[in-house]
Amino acid sequence: MEGTLALAADNLTSPIILFFVLGVAAAFARSDLSIPEAIAKGLSIYLLFAIGFKGGASVAAHGVDATLVLSLIAGIILSFVLPLIAFGLLRVMSRLSVTDAAAVAGHYGSISIVTFVAATSVAESAGLSPEGYMVAVAAVMEAPAILSALWIIARSGQQAGAMEEGLVREILLNGSIVLLVGSFLIGGITGDEGMQMIAPFIEEPFQGVLCLFLLDMGLVAGRGLREAKSVLTAGLFAFGVVMPLVGSLFGLGAGLALGLSPGGVLLFMTLAASASYIAVPAAMRVALPEANPSVYLTLSLGVTFPFNLTLGIPIYLALSQALTGG
Amino acid sequence: MQTHEAKRVEIIIESIMEERLSAALIKAGVTGFSVLPVLGGSGRSGHWSGEGQVSRIGGMVNVVCIVRPERVDPLLDAAFEVVDRHIGVVSVTDCQVLRAERF
Repeated sequence: MEGTLALAADNLTSPIILFFVLGVAAAFARSDLSIPEAIAKGLSIYLLFAIGFKGGASVAAHGVDATLVLSLIAGIILSFVLPLIAFGLLRVMSRLSVTDAAAVAGHYGSISIVTFVAATSVAESAGLSPEGYMVAVAAVMEAPAILSALWIIARSGQQAGAMEEGLVREILLNGSIVLLVGSFLIGGITGDEGMQMIAPFIEEPFQGVLCLFLLDMGLVAGRGLREAKSVLTAGLFAFGVVMPLVGSLFGLGAGLALGLSPGGVLLFMTLAASASYIAVPAAMRVALPEANPSVYLTLSLGVTFPFNLTLGIPIYLALSQALTGG
Repeated sequence: MQTHEAKRVEIIIESIMEERLSAALIKAGVTGFSVLPVLGGSGRSGHWSGEGQVSRIGGMVNVVCIVRPERVDPLLDAAFEVVDRHIGVVSVTDCQVLRAERF
């Protein structure tokens, strides 16, 4: 317990968290601080490129084994299953309509790549070396949850948009996924040699770029919370904190069953605990426009993302270390 | 100068639906339209701003088409198939154009 508190305290006073807090505080104080959209997009491209490449290079160094394939399968199954659990919890903890609850549930089966990046950073700071292929697990967990959400809607007899070809293409080929998977593959192909060539660019500036990106995320999350306070009931707020903990336990179970390293278990927990705020909201606006975007964006970006960033990741780290002996 | 009657159709819609709307307009034979960014505004869900959106989900665009009066109905039919269930505003106003053969 003492160790967990120390980890939480260390995490809370790390530059990445403090910059996120600064962003939230600035948004609440109605400061005009903002990161220009093009720069924010550039920062996100850098982070996806760096994390994907490092993951691929790590796989090249350690080799491909059956655990990689099993981890991908486990990730896909989790992404399908977690929305069903989230939907059940929402029906108990809130008064959301079936449509809104299904839309929110879809977000909790998918993942937040920024939370994943932050957890990777925490793992490295704790001296852990997560399996490089967890980047690929993150990529395959983006989309299945959307199908689960639409299945919930179809099963309840509500009207949902058809999974048209254009939507499937947008989900599977969204820019973040293409860059992440592409960088992962290039890192895997070029291996250590490629890593040495670009290491000064993707290693040294990484933490600084992450700080700036989280400052922007803090601004966005703070503005979202400020403008959508009315939709956030006590039950929904509680869901936004409970669901990541529940999801993380599924990730923990999968990670332990697969025999992953402590860092790998931490990342699996983080993926299962995080909620999407890019791919799934976009898909929901197309396929389920009746669902209220204020509800799902506020929950995933305004509640679950900050919770995971500040308290969740240290809890997942402590649990993964305690249960793997790491 | 000689001018000709035309109809100006403005469709303010979520950015995420822009490609679908453009495809529907082209399919309906609309040969020209412009897509303009919308910086922010206020509606039934309250005030919103395009600044600081984490993805395209929060943004809106304004699709402007100018067509001959007899082509308005097919255009609106095509547009409604796309925008019917989504938030947005569709408006039609009279306007004058100089070169009728272009519309």
